[in-house]
Amino acid sequence: MNKISLDLTVNGQVYEISVSPTLTLLDILRYEIGLTGTKKGCGTGDCGACTVLVNGRAANACLILAPDAKGADITTIEGLAVEGELHPIQQAFVDHGAIQCGFCSPGMIMSAADLLNRNPNPTAEEAKNAISGNLCRCTGYIKIIEAITAVNKHE
Amino acid sequence: MSNLYSNIGKRVPKLDAPDKATGRARYPQDLTLPGMLHGKILWSRYPHAKIVNIDTSEALKIPGVMSVITAKDLPYRNSGFMKDNPPLKRDKVRSLRDEVAAVAAVTEEIAEAALEHIKVEYMELPGIFDPEEALRESAPLIHEENKNNLVKMKYKFEHGDVEEGRKHSAHVVKGRFKLHFVTHTCLGTCCCIADFDSKGKLIMYSPSQVPFLHQKDMADVLGMSGSDIRIIQPTIGGAFGSKLDLYPYEIICAHLARIAGRPVRISFTRMEEFCCTPTRQPAIIESEAGVDADGKLTFREAHIILDAGAYVSWGPTIPYVMMNSFSSLYRVPNVSFDTTIAYTNNIYAGAFRGYGNPQGTFVVETQMDELAELVNMDPLVFRILNSNRPGETTPQGMKVTTCGLEECLKRAAKGINWHEDRRGVTGKIRRGVGLASFFHVGGGARVYRSDGCGAIVKIDDFGQVTLITGSSEIGQGSETVLAQITAEELGVRVEDVKVINSDTDIKPWDVGVHASRTTFIAGNAARIAAAKAKRKILEMAAPEMGLQCDELDINNRFIYYKANPEKRVRFDKILRKKHFDYNGNIIVTEHFYDPPTQRQDRNFKGNVSATYAFGTQAAEVEVDTETGIVRVLKMVVADDVGKALNPMLLEGQLEGGIAQGIGYGIYENLILDKGRVMNPTFLDYKIPTVNDMPEIKVEMVETHDEEGPFGAKGIAESGSIPTAAAIANAVYDAIGVRIKGLPISPEKVLKALSKK
Repeated sequence: MNKISLDLTVNGQVYEISVSPTLTLLDILRYEIGLTGTKKGCGTGDCGACTVLVNGRAANACLILAPDAKGADITTIEGLAVEGELHPIQQAFVDHGAIQCGFCSPGMIMSAADLLNRNPNPTAEEAKNAISGNLCRCTGYIKIIEAITAVNKHE
Repeated sequence: MSNLYSNIGKRVPKLDAPDKATGRARYPQDLTLPGMLHGKILWSRYPHAKIVNIDTSEALKIPGVMSVITAKDLPYRNSGFMKDNPPLKRDKVRSLRDEVAAVAAVTEEIAEAALEHIKVEYMELPGIFDPEEALRESAPLIHEENKNNLVKMKYKFEHGDVEEGRKHSAHVVKGRFKLHFVTHTCLGTCCCIADFDSKGKLIMYSPSQVPFLHQKDMADVLGMSGSDIRIIQPTIGGAFGSKLDLYPYEIICAHLARIAGRPVRISFTRMEEFCCTPTRQPAIIESEAGVDADGKLTFREAHIILDAGAYVSWGPTIPYVMMNSFSSLYRVPNVSFDTTIAYTNNIYAGAFRGYGNPQGTFVVETQMDELAELVNMDPLVFRILNSNRPGETTPQGMKVTTCGLEECLKRAAKGINWHEDRRGVTGKIRRGVGLASFFHVGGGARVYRSDGCGAIVKIDDFGQVTLITGSSEIGQGSETVLAQITAEELGVRVEDVKVINSDTDIKPWDVGVHASRTTFIAGNAARIAAAKAKRKILEMAAPEMGLQCDELDINNRFIYYKANPEKRVRFDKILRKKHFDYNGNIIVTEHFYDPPTQRQDRNFKGNVSATYAFGTQAAEVEVDTETGIVRVLKMVVADDVGKALNPMLLEGQLEGGIAQGIGYGIYENLILDKGRVMNPTFLDYKIPTVNDMPEIKVEMVETHDEEGPFGAKGIAESGSIPTAAAIANAVYDAIGVRIKGLPISPEKVLKALSKK
């Protein structure tokens, strides 16, 4: 199949790549750009492990085909920490025991980051809504909700 | 007591969490080796058929295809518990997950495309999909070398006199329970990489939770020596028992790598994960239990029918644990338990968190509730009356040392407001509460000759402590708890301890992650190795400080004089001095901890674990009598944990276990139709989402077990064990119908209500 050229911005860096139009944004990130932090849990948009921010909003990277990623501004899990310092939501996941096997964590954290960008002090209900498309098999979600709602609460 | 410790009992975050939170953690799917090929497996088209011919010539012609293999290319060696499972099938297929051929190609897409060009000629055979039908004389034979479809494994246990118990019963309950297929759905699908070095040694990057057993099984099936196989465990994306056996895909991956002469990775799609990995063992359980007029249990009798599937993996061995639910949960004087296990053309069953105990406990605890009602006792009071007690020996010869079950029952009941009257709620939505407890090994499980784990402690010139442990991190947090134990014993901080646990060429032997044993067994190994290191440090320091060894201790990185803590010296300073002195020395110590336990004898009696864990869950549910939908509102879990070494990680184990228990109880159902998985997507196979989770209250009952590391017991499986039973009992409390099969689906609820 003929390849298409596209440019996209990932974590502030501009990439010009030439890929098959059937490739998904998830495969572009993992195999073309080499950012393997974004996970593939199903490939059909059911588990949320591949969640990234596309133009600032959470989206399943496995459902976006290459042509639709043209010109997009993407933030992945690798782009959250600044100069080695964990983003507050990453730190909250660590501190609250919200991570076990960790395979869902990058997607879970990106969904949470999207929520916190729009709503810095979410209620537990709002936090649940934000991650309702992200499956976790280890934690039972309790500590994930604790982490999300604790980020901007300073006691 | 907790302020005695500086590292134990603290909510220490997981050591690997920062890597996992930033995307740095590397799972097998994230690894690429130079020259690596991608493997794909051709699965069977029929659940039962003869393989007449396989033609791979067209597939081999596709550019980018490096090798195509069938059974002909492999040595005649089988894998699996009964050695009945050829890695690639030879003359017939026995299930739809049977491996027929495999391809290695330069990309995954090419490998996948090549599969379509492998021509397999089958001769379809009649299939059999029900274990009871499989045992009829007319049933088609699944393994022709056998006379029938009976799996030659038998778990028969007798204690006391069941007939005598029946005679003394005021009430007897009897039921037939049907436990269904569910699957692990690890978020990280199965994935491994095989690579041979120039000396012909195999390096497997494998998500195994039992790397040393894996090494041995792999050696046997490849015809190699175990020393020529190195297992490296990258970060593991969930296991829950699913990675307890060696599977054909891993053996195929090694053969592809050997034949292609390049590293090969096989990574399952989600659909393969649903269709081609083992399930939890389904079961049909016929059970009877009795009670005397005073409310004391008189007997239990259970007959278990298991569908092994087409091959024997760990699934058919679960009666070993399920037997404990019947013999040892609550005090019962007379017990009879036996099994019938059959081959079918279904996909085969394996190990899944709880190992038969969730199935057994569902039956035992449903019948406990039925008996309580017949003898006219409150289910809580009835359970307390029959509760296990410290110092008793169960019918299977299991010696209960510490036991907090009675307190667990009381605290779970209190947490759920057991005595609140919910009958006032009328209308279509009804509420109810239910209780269920569990009994499980908490101090390892001697199912192999050794139940041991090795540990090495080494300290460098800068005071950095390295614990090299045989145990594995599968997400459960073992490396963090082991670092806490090591730090506590040595008198340093958790951040001073690094844990190495992922390479069989480096780490000392361990059975593996199973039976909730890691904190207890690997914890004791680490603790004793650290104690030896501490002794060595103090021996080095004593002459330097002009004191006797016994007058010294270590705290917060300082060696100090116990009588005058002001007199102290940083311990890394002593280590450096002793290292570079004439006749220098460094600190490296080791310990292999094998618990003081027995293997069970032929009659399934023996004290297999160094301690036993107990606990109770209480569920509050809401049932919609119009739709049949059950919603769990609240779960309270009270576990006898011995000692909570890290309450945060412990809560995480229990909360996560309960989520899987809720899935098992009301949502999850892997539907098989003539051996075919009908719902192989997350859309159709529903695991709990965040919106399905109730409030969970965790109560820790600390009984300070003498044999456990700092008093701890193993608890990692326990969260999943009694959940479904507690929910089923709560559903009965709400609507007055007993559902004797899982999941408690709206269909089952409505059907039961219509018959009421």
